[in-house]
Amino acid sequence: MTALSLARGRRPSLPMIVTVSVIAWLIAWFAETPLADWLSYEVLGLERGSHLGGAVDFFLADVPKVLLLLLGIVTVVTLIRSYFPPERVRAALVGRGTLAGSAASAAFGIVTPFCSCSAVPLFIGFVEAGIPLGVTFAFLISSPMVNEVALVLLWGLFGPEIALVYVAAGLTVAITGGLAIGALHLERYVEPYVWELQGRGGQMTEVRLTWSDRITDAWRYTVDLVHRITPYLLIGIGIGALIHGYAPTELVAAIGGRSNPFAVPLVVLIAIPLYSNAAGTIPIVQALLGKGMPLGTTLAFMMAITAISLPEFIILRRVIKPQLIAIFATVVTIGILCIGYLFNAIIP
Amino acid sequence: MKKIEVLGPGCANCRRLEANARQAVAMAAVDAEIVKVEDYRSIIAYGVMSTPALVIDGKVMSAGRIPSPGDIAEWLFA
Repeated sequence: MTALSLARGRRPSLPMIVTVSVIAWLIAWFAETPLADWLSYEVLGLERGSHLGGAVDFFLADVPKVLLLLLGIVTVVTLIRSYFPPERVRAALVGRGTLAGSAASAAFGIVTPFCSCSAVPLFIGFVEAGIPLGVTFAFLISSPMVNEVALVLLWGLFGPEIALVYVAAGLTVAITGGLAIGALHLERYVEPYVWELQGRGGQMTEVRLTWSDRITDAWRYTVDLVHRITPYLLIGIGIGALIHGYAPTELVAAIGGRSNPFAVPLVVLIAIPLYSNAAGTIPIVQALLGKGMPLGTTLAFMMAITAISLPEFIILRRVIKPQLIAIFATVVTIGILCIGYLFNAIIP
Repeated sequence: MKKIEVLGPGCANCRRLEANARQAVAMAAVDAEIVKVEDYRSIIAYGVMSTPALVIDGKVMSAGRIPSPGDIAEWLFA
């Protein structure tokens, strides 16, 4: 054991690291906007209200803001998530009806950790426990759509109202999607081996975690995530800054505005190849909203980016037949289109 | 001889867990065999829904997270 203790080295205590990090985060948070202004207009000497000044200020203010939000919020969300492993969620969903089950399942989708590579074991685990197909799909829709990166970016760049509207719209699509898939009775499109497993697994294994495990896991996960998405984020904010400074409002209005009745399906189509890349696209979307793209179109675009994920559809092929993947994609797309048109109609 | 199983379909996280397990075996200097389990049926048979998961001598030690080589080395001693 001594060699092992030596290898791990002496470290400052966990509460101390946490306290210092929180203080550093708060200082950076309050200093960053004035700092970006000062850098753009005093140090670089750009003119206030000019195209270049606006673009540079947008970039310098948004990059640290989003990075700070990601570091702070993703750590906290990951910590909370460690209390909702899918094994526990599954236990909570067993025996519920389709409506209550879909609602609970969509809500759990927000807090449960999800990556497309664990979609398959999760699907098998749910079905094996006798959870209805519709309830399982409510989870598969909500989990990637209402994800922490999208939430952080929406909250930070658009404000809390739009972030909450996004969550509510996402839950609505997930619940109605789950109910629709449940009502269609598509059990025949699930690969037969999944049904053969039903009732065999039974007990789920749950591993106890300490506080220190949870905090270090959350921090490691966050650093890894931020590291992975920063290049996309920089490109996204860069393009957003150019749109913010230079794109003529009339052009955005002509393509994405109310005068174009096909704006909602058009943005959904554009979003398909951008799958799950919320980090790179939300800053662009923010600039477009600023240039007059209506809220419904904006929401539809973001939901399509997070929820219509080709890699996830491909990996689900291991457990469901292509017909069910097609129905799943169609249901999600219809849901997103409805949200887009609905918000465009009710919000002037 | 310890048997370490890395459960997961082979995504980036699974590969990282496998690398950590190899490092742990070197750190702890124990005799251990590392096996990758990619078949979903076998994964679910361990009662695991979140991958990657780590199994040592048939016991699930972690699921849905990537423990550090130090943590894994301690489990190997236990």
